[in-house]
Amino acid sequence: MSEPSTSVLTPVLTDTWDADRSWKLATYEDAGGYEGLRKALTMEPGDVVQAVKDSGLRGRGGAGFPTGMKWGFLPPPDGGPRYLVVNADESEPGTCKDIPLMLASPQHLVEGVIITSYAIGCHHAFIYVRGEVLHVYRRLQAAVQEAYDAGYLGKDVLGSGYDLEVTVHAGAGAYICGEETALLDSLEGLRGQPRLKPPFPAVAGLYARPTVVNNVESIASVPAIVARGADWFASMGTGKSQGHGLFSLSGHVTRPGQYEAPLGITLRELLDLAGGVRAGHRLKFWTPGGSSTPIFTDEHLDVPLDYESVGAAGSMLGTRALQIFDDTVCVVRAVSRWTDFYAHESCGKCTPCREGTYWLKQVLHRIEAGQGTEGDLDLLLDLCDNILGRSFCALGDGATSPVTSSIQLFREEYQAHIDGGGCPFDPSRSALFDYTPRSRRTPALAGTGGH
Amino acid sequence: MTAEPTSARSATGYDAETLASLAADAAEIKGRYPDPRSGLLPMLHLVQSVDGYVSRDGILFCAEQLGLTAAEVSAVATFYTQYKRHPNGTYTVGVCTNTLCAVMGGDAIFDELSDHLGVGHDETTDDGAITLERVECNAACDYAPVVMVNWEFFDNQTPESATRLADRLRAGEAVAPTRGASSVCSFKQMSRVLAGFPDGRADEGVGAGEPTLAGLRIARERGWTAPAPAQAEPEAPAGTERTGEPEAGEAGSSAEREPTTESDVAPGGKPGTPGAGPDADTGVDAEPSSDSGTATEKGSTDE
Repeated sequence: MSEPSTSVLTPVLTDTWDADRSWKLATYEDAGGYEGLRKALTMEPGDVVQAVKDSGLRGRGGAGFPTGMKWGFLPPPDGGPRYLVVNADESEPGTCKDIPLMLASPQHLVEGVIITSYAIGCHHAFIYVRGEVLHVYRRLQAAVQEAYDAGYLGKDVLGSGYDLEVTVHAGAGAYICGEETALLDSLEGLRGQPRLKPPFPAVAGLYARPTVVNNVESIASVPAIVARGADWFASMGTGKSQGHGLFSLSGHVTRPGQYEAPLGITLRELLDLAGGVRAGHRLKFWTPGGSSTPIFTDEHLDVPLDYESVGAAGSMLGTRALQIFDDTVCVVRAVSRWTDFYAHESCGKCTPCREGTYWLKQVLHRIEAGQGTEGDLDLLLDLCDNILGRSFCALGDGATSPVTSSIQLFREEYQAHIDGGGCPFDPSRSALFDYTPRSRRTPALAGTGGH
Repeated sequence: MTAEPTSARSATGYDAETLASLAADAAEIKGRYPDPRSGLLPMLHLVQSVDGYVSRDGILFCAEQLGLTAAEVSAVATFYTQYKRHPNGTYTVGVCTNTLCAVMGGDAIFDELSDHLGVGHDETTDDGAITLERVECNAACDYAPVVMVNWEFFDNQTPESATRLADRLRAGEAVAPTRGASSVCSFKQMSRVLAGFPDGRADEGVGAGEPTLAGLRIARERGWTAPAPAQAEPEAPAGTERTGEPEAGEAGSSAEREPTTESDVAPGGKPGTPGAGPDADTGVDAEPSSDSGTATEKGSTDE
């Protein structure tokens, strides 16, 4: 069948995932894999960069910076090394697209790495994958080895005269290493703490050499752009948000999972495909792009999920990590837990983030426990005001998003914790199974959530 | 037991054989990077594969290998949560208690396991089998609630399935993750893989679970596909129009003019800098802003 009706979903990266032994090179080649590389090797590197610019591809790691432009920032070659580093440290809460991609079909990424390296004049690329996904690391290593054995990597790639080495590197557990300069420090064998910018990695990155750092999905999108053309890619999506993207639905939704669609699809459409919110419940709040993006409610069901529209609605597209929470979920509990995460993962380099997330956590804990005081909500907002824009990197900024957005949207619910001396929700109702909560106060107002 | 010359100079307490084998592996690790220091993280995984945690000897070994002080190595080892400060159990059982998994049942699973095993976070059972941990988001939210055993995925767990799993691990039975190798390996074996020494098990297990394929299944059913490649660009592998010729990906190429110009502008005047607009930045995938700048995003929000 070829496009009977308009295709709401557009499998490109996911297209190979249901094949038998989908992770093998042969499977990928059978599906047309490595046509992009063959074509790229006949092009001028600069033309490959131009094609990616023309496609409109923007960073799929969250920030949405134009990928081709990022490549173009590298200074002219000076004879020294230039590096490509793939950010495979996926760990933003709610984000779960790169890991399944690398598990199911790592060759998309490997081919993208080779094409990108060729385009930017890199001869040694690195894939920095978080250490907490053992089998993904195995699959990546095997995929790279298969590519070497087939002549796609190593000396004289496919007889082109171009040489490339790829090293797959495992991290060791640190969310901050997803920040690109912290990742570079970590890759250099240091504590993963962000660097002052400028200089940007394009000028002084890995080993102080010109470096491109890109997200897994960004790089994995490159082969099809080269093989099928920039126009093909740009024909999907909206205005300045072109192409396909992985939308990851999780939480209280009937069929959670990965849905690959043109940017600009709405949550209403996605929920439709996913069987809707958990039976018998209503959507209460959701994140459009991970925990660092301000939360939305059912008022935002029709916001096109593209960079501009989500931004205009007061949040960020981020990583398209759509975490769905129904009416059984206490927003204070949710935000308090995210805040624990930021406090735990703050690298400690700058004071606003290190101290600020610590105090956010203390205040949220006491509110959640019913020991909040009258001024606590204003105190939270004041703390956020002193973190946002005053932190060294975006981790601190991200930590404030759930707090400020939830107070704005659910202030009464926070107030109810303070006034009622406890959480009005029964935590067992949000779970997917029946159980009796331990050591919890009897919920004073069980089931009142969701209005 | 052959006396290695290096052992004489080593301050570690490793016997000559262990030291020689570690040194050989460390040499391979260092060889992967332009700067040997980049090998420190894999090397710390390596010492965990021998000692079951980052021991004093392990720290001294890394320091000797890389010409660092023990303090410099410790500074790194203490930064990352996967490096254990005391002997780890044979299996790390990690329950995701980040928000989404927690509300879907992760909190209940952790409580049940903690009760069942009689240990709390980062504590090990008396038999040395299990170290229980609360873990952060592990990128499997569509399979919540998730439990990781030695960093292999156990999807869609319940308190009952998790305690059963723990019991089997303690009994020494082989257990298979939902998505991963056909059985979970030990903490030490896992550490060796993470140090970059393959165990040959990449082809075991599935490629994807159902949630991973949720959208694709629907697309297949309804005949939805990505648009056909534009008619214009002939698929011919032969570089059509923009021939030019490879010119060896060597230098010269990516220099291209325009980007250079932009670069002059961008790096300096890139917003995304704090102070700038509220949430301009971030988003972030595994991070705060993987793609630095983010000039783009801003402008929107801010009321």
